[in-house]
Amino acid sequence: MIIGETPPPSGVFGVDAIAMTMRFGDFLALDNVELKVRPGSFHALLGENGAGKSTLVKCIMGYYHATEGNILIGGREQAIANPKDAHALGLGMVYQHFTLVPAMTIAENLVLARDDVPAVVNWPKEMKQLEAFLARMPFKVPLSAKVSDISAGERQKCEILKQLYLKRRFLILDEPTSVLTPAEADEVLGMLRDMVVRGELTILMITHKFREVMAFADEVTILRRGKLAGGGKVAELTPDAMARTMIGAEELTVQPLRSGEAGQARLELAKVRALDDAGTVAVHDISLTVRAGEIVGIAGVSGNGQRQLVEVLAGQREAEGGEIRVAGDPYHARREEMRRHKMSLLPEEPLKNACVGGMSVADNIAFREFDRAPFASGGWWLNRGAFRDDATKKIRQYRIKTRTPETPISALSGGNVQRAVLARELAGDVEVLIAANPCFGLDFAAVAQIHAEIMAARNRGAAVLLVSEDLDELLELSDRLVVMFHGELVYEARTSEADLTVVGRHMAGH
Amino acid sequence: MTTEAADSAEAVGAIAPAADPGFLQRYGGTIEYVLIPGAALVGALGVFGIFVAMFGKNPLDLYFYMYYGAFGTWFSWQNTLTRAAPLILTALCTALPAQLGMVIIGGEGALLIGALSATSAALALQGLPPLVVQIAMVCAGVTGGGLWIMLAGALRQYRGVNETISSLLLVYIALAVLNHLVEGAMRDPASLNKPSTREIGAANMIGSIPGTDVHWGLVFGLIAAIAAYILIYHTVFGFAARVAGGNIRAAKIVGLGVSKLILTICFLAGGAAGLAGMVEVAAVQGRTNANLAAGYGFTGILVAFLARQNPLAIIPVAILLGGISASGGLLQRRLGLPDASVLVLQGIIFVFVLASDALYGRIGFLKGKS
Repeated sequence: MIIGETPPPSGVFGVDAIAMTMRFGDFLALDNVELKVRPGSFHALLGENGAGKSTLVKCIMGYYHATEGNILIGGREQAIANPKDAHALGLGMVYQHFTLVPAMTIAENLVLARDDVPAVVNWPKEMKQLEAFLARMPFKVPLSAKVSDISAGERQKCEILKQLYLKRRFLILDEPTSVLTPAEADEVLGMLRDMVVRGELTILMITHKFREVMAFADEVTILRRGKLAGGGKVAELTPDAMARTMIGAEELTVQPLRSGEAGQARLELAKVRALDDAGTVAVHDISLTVRAGEIVGIAGVSGNGQRQLVEVLAGQREAEGGEIRVAGDPYHARREEMRRHKMSLLPEEPLKNACVGGMSVADNIAFREFDRAPFASGGWWLNRGAFRDDATKKIRQYRIKTRTPETPISALSGGNVQRAVLARELAGDVEVLIAANPCFGLDFAAVAQIHAEIMAARNRGAAVLLVSEDLDELLELSDRLVVMFHGELVYEARTSEADLTVVGRHMAGH
Repeated sequence: MTTEAADSAEAVGAIAPAADPGFLQRYGGTIEYVLIPGAALVGALGVFGIFVAMFGKNPLDLYFYMYYGAFGTWFSWQNTLTRAAPLILTALCTALPAQLGMVIIGGEGALLIGALSATSAALALQGLPPLVVQIAMVCAGVTGGGLWIMLAGALRQYRGVNETISSLLLVYIALAVLNHLVEGAMRDPASLNKPSTREIGAANMIGSIPGTDVHWGLVFGLIAAIAAYILIYHTVFGFAARVAGGNIRAAKIVGLGVSKLILTICFLAGGAAGLAGMVEVAAVQGRTNANLAAGYGFTGILVAFLARQNPLAIIPVAILLGGISASGGLLQRRLGLPDASVLVLQGIIFVFVLASDALYGRIGFLKGKS
C-alpha cells in the first residue's frame, strides 16, 4: 500500500472505506463500517434516515474526518483533509438539492465551477470547448439557457455534467432523483449506467428507492444505525430482503384497511389563486372538492404551486382570489374556524412550519388546545400540570422518543418531531385533514405510523387532502389522484384506475 | 451535522430514558445565561480600565470609586435605585416585543410622550384630589407611551415597515413634538432659560418610599417587571406570544391572530416606557421639559439585552446599570474623568454583550451530555 500517491490519471478507479468509525460526542454515527466500490461499477448505498449514509460519504469527500478508519482511492490509502483534496483525486459529489446559480446560463455555471477561472473569460473559446465536451457526453443541455428556465430534470443533468466537465471520474450521488419525475429519473440514471458500462465512470448512489437499485445498480451496501447491515450483488437480492436488512427487527405499525364510502363534500376550493414570494401567480384558479371519508392526493413535481396552495389552507399565505369553504361555511384559516370544523394540518418540514424549536415538547403538543380547559384556567391562566399530563400521555401513545416532556422539541429527530405534530393534530376528532409531504425524510417506522394514522382518519370519515411529491405514497393512500402542474390541476383519476405513465406525463407537463 | 446531533439526542433518550440528567444537563442553560453576560460585563470593565489608564488614572481606583459610588453607602444605594426605576420600565419596552421576535429600540420616544401625556393630564385636572390626579397621570402616561409604540407595531404589521427603524425614528419625532409643545402651547411663561411646562403642583407629586429618598417609581417598576414575567410565562396571552415570536409560521398554522398579539404587546411595551416618563415627571422633575430626554430609554435597551429579554432578570441588571450611572458623578469629582465617560462604558458594555451572543451553546463544558 502506497500512501499519498494519486491514482492513475485516466480510467476508472474504485473507492474502499475500511473500518470507518465516526463519533459525534457520545454518539456513534458510524461503527466500523466497510464499503467497497469496485472500479467501473454502479454501487448503491441504502439505509434509513440517520443510518449513517451521508456521514460515510462526507468522510470520503473530506467534509468530516473519520474518528478511525482508512480510505483507499484506486487501491492506495489517501488522507483526504478537505473536499478540495477529494476533487483533486477525481471524486465528485452531486447533491439532492441543486447548487447551480439560477440567474446564470448553463455555460456560465460550468465555467464558474472550475478551480482555475481566468480573470477575463474568453467566451468564444470557452463555448467552443464546452460544445466539444458536450458532443462527447450522453446528455444534451442548452448551454446558453438560464438555469432558472430549465426543468428539474435538466438541472440534475447539468449537475452531473458539471462533475464530468471537472473531470471527476468517481461520482457520489446523494438521492439524485428525489426532485425528478419517474421518467426523468430513469433517463438520467440510464445514461449514467451506460457511462459506467462503457468504463468511463464509477458511481456510488445514496438512495432509498428499491426500484432504482434493482434497475441500475450492480452492487449494494446497506447500513442500519451506523453499522454495516448487509450488501452484495443486486442480482442476488430482492427488494423485500433489502428492506428487511434496512429496518432490522423493528415492528412497523400496521395500516388499517380502507373502509367506508365517501360522503358529503367537506372541503371545497373554488378558483383559489395565490402568489409566491416573488409575486408571480403560483396557484392558478384551482377548484377542488374533497368529500368526507376520502383521500384526495395531489401529485406533482415540487415547485408547481403545491406549497403555496397548502400555505393558503394553513393560513400562512393570503389567497389572492377565490373562495374556500369547509362544510359549506367560508373559511379564512382562523383559529375559531379550524376548531369548529375540527381541522388538522400536517405540513411539510414540521419543525419549520408547525413547531417552535425552543419551546418544549409538551408546549408544542398543546398549541391547538392551550387556551381552553384543562390547559387554561378561566381562559387565561396556564395550568402547567395539564400540559405535562397530556404530553406524557401522548408521548407514550405516539411513541415519541424524547428525554422528558420539557425537552426543547428542536432536540428531537425529524421522525419524532413529526410524531409530536401527529399527536397534536390527530389525537382528537378530525373532520378535515390537510397533509403535505408528511413523511419527507422520515424512517420506515415513522412513515408506517403516519400512513396508518392518515388512513385511520379517512376511515373515521375525515376529508383528507394529501399533497405529496412521492408518487408511491399517493398511489398507496389516496382514493382520487389529481396532478398539479404550473399551478393548475391538469389531470384527475380514481387512483385504482390511474395509469402511472399518464400521471408521470402530466407531472412533466405533456 | 444537525441530523446527527438530533439523532444523537434520540439515541441517548432511547438508551437511557430514565437516567437522571446531570447537574450541567439540568442547569447548564441557566449557568450560561448568568456566566456569559457576566463575562461580557467584566470584559467591558477591563477595556474601560484601559481607557481610563490612557487618561493617566489608576484603573483600580476607578473600580473602587465605581463600586463606592454605586453600592458603597446607603446614600449611593438610594441614588442607584432611583436611577434603576425608569430603567426597569424602559427595558420592558424592548424586552416585551422581543418575546414576539421584534426589536424595538424606541423606548425613549415612548418615555417622552408618556411624560407629556401625564403632564397634560395633571395640568388639566388641577384642583382635584391628588390621588385622582395621580391615577389619571398613570393612565395618561401608559396610554400615550403605549399608543406611540403601537404605532411602530402597526406600521410593521400592516405596512411592512421595519419596527427597529421606525421605533428609533419615532424617538426623534417624539422629541420634536415635546419641544414644539414645551416652547409653544404648553410653555410656562415663567420658564425663561429652560422652556418648560407649568409645574404639576407639589401635592400631586408621588413622593418617596417611607424611610428612604427612593421614589415610588421603583415600586411601579418592580410591579411592572413581575407582571410582565407572569404575563409571558403563565398566561394564555403570553403563551400565544411566545409561539408567534418563536415561529410565526407555526402560530399561523394553529390560527393564532398575530396582528392582535403584535399590537397588544407593543401597547404594553410602550405603556411601560410611558409609565417611566410619568414617574420622571411625578417624582423627579415636576414638569415636562427637555431634561426628560436623559437617555433612560436608550440605556433600557442595554438593560433588556443584558437581561436576555427576561422580565425578571431586568430588575438586577437595571440596578447594576443604575449603579454605573450613579457612580458617574463620583468619577468626575474624584478622578477628574469627563462627564461622558459613563456613556463610554455603556457603549463598551453594549458592544461586548452583543458580541457575546455568539457564545451561547458553544461553551464546551456547559453542554453536558447532549
